[in-house]
Amino acid sequence: MEKVLFGYLALAILLSALFAIFSRNVVRSVLWLLVLFLHQSVLFLTLQAEFLAAIQIIVYAGAVLVLFLFVVYLINLREEIRLPKFLGSYPLAFIAVLSMLILAVAGLVGFVPAKTVGSLSPGAILKVGHTQILGEHLFREHILAFEIAGVLLLVAVLGAVVLVRRLREGEL
Amino acid sequence: MEAVLKMATPWLILILEALVLLVVALLHVAYTTYAERKIIGHMQQRLGPNRVGPRGLLQPIADVVKLVAKEDIVPSGADKSLFYLAPFISLVAGATSLAVIPVWEKFALANVNVGLLVILAMSSLSSYGIILSGWASNSRYAFLGGLRASAQVISYEVAMALSLVGVMLMAGSMNLSEIVKAQVASPFKIYAIPQIIGFFVFMVSAIAETNRTPFDLPEAESELVAGYFVEYSGIRFGLFYLAEYFGMVVMSALAVTCFLGGWAGPFEIPGIPFFWFLVKLYALIFFYIWVRATLPRYRYDQLMGLGWKILIPLALLNIVITGLIKVLV
Repeated sequence: MEKVLFGYLALAILLSALFAIFSRNVVRSVLWLLVLFLHQSVLFLTLQAEFLAAIQIIVYAGAVLVLFLFVVYLINLREEIRLPKFLGSYPLAFIAVLSMLILAVAGLVGFVPAKTVGSLSPGAILKVGHTQILGEHLFREHILAFEIAGVLLLVAVLGAVVLVRRLREGEL
Repeated sequence: MEAVLKMATPWLILILEALVLLVVALLHVAYTTYAERKIIGHMQQRLGPNRVGPRGLLQPIADVVKLVAKEDIVPSGADKSLFYLAPFISLVAGATSLAVIPVWEKFALANVNVGLLVILAMSSLSSYGIILSGWASNSRYAFLGGLRASAQVISYEVAMALSLVGVMLMAGSMNLSEIVKAQVASPFKIYAIPQIIGFFVFMVSAIAETNRTPFDLPEAESELVAGYFVEYSGIRFGLFYLAEYFGMVVMSALAVTCFLGGWAGPFEIPGIPFFWFLVKLYALIFFYIWVRATLPRYRYDQLMGLGWKILIPLALLNIVITGLIKVLV
């Protein structure tokens, strides 16, 4: 049963990713991405990662993609324009993608599941609850990394505000 | 055969429970529209609907019959598949949230550990219905309404989520049943008293999240005709209406669960364990209607200013205060 579910999810994720890339209409691309995110969050659910599943929907589907839609709506879309399907340098790109694929396969062949570190065992996660254990580790052991990520995001926000602010007369 | 039956029984019971919940919720939604027309009527010195059935009680059913019988028009330039899909996204997202709300101690359709997050996720998904309907209709009014709605829903979602963080901190859980139990065990019995700032922010942003007056700018009829669903007719228009009232019921139920002590009451009513839940729910729905009859619509920049400059800082302040108290006590 679980294998069937995983097979369906993997297939749906791959297909919706392909549709997102290939569809001509940008709004439809964004919607295929939404389908992809929903399936991804179900995949998290099958791994007992309910917190990640909810965050996946709230952050990616609920916020990021809506902003994408916003941007897509605000730029002027013309469906009639048909660009050539391949750039001139496509053999090079093909070789690059192929070598990446080979690297990925080579990486997967030597895959060894990581050993459990500290209290992060599957049993403990099932018992205490995924959210709680995640919070404890995030705010106790990895607090430095967490704070650095926060500062980086703050810098990005400030940068965006500085870039788009309106200059008053005489400031230039 | 027997083994299959044994395996299927829990699923069948679950489906049955879901159906019962859905039907009861739909009845509530239908009669919320009736209550709204009746209450606003009396507040404005009118009678409200009183022709169909005794005291107009059959009015919602007559409305549904009328909507189903009407012609279903699709604008010629519309993106058909998205146009058909949009109302269902709104409705399904609203109805799914009902599954995690504990109506009483032993009845929550899905007792999820991150119930609060599920509701937030669903309410963020319901904005897709509005945005897509605005875009797929291929109409200026609908498009403007859709854009307004998406900006409004994103902004107020932040305030709503932050206002619920205080509740999570106090209860130490995101499971809605656990939150109710923690409330009953707390000294005030309900979180609306210690979390008064959070409760205020939640109620205001819940009204904005469901696009109701005074924040009904996405459908402001004086400027946008009817906003995002202006091109919809017949039962598809009805589905949008249904989704709006579903949102209202869900938000009220969430407020009852998180701030007003859920199914717990001053004394037990024998035989009806969900009595107090319903009383609180009806009181909040009445509050929603009352607000609609009382307040005029905001201007759009005022709405954004209120969300970002007042409600979000207030919610953050509430988190800081709650955290401090939690650390000190």
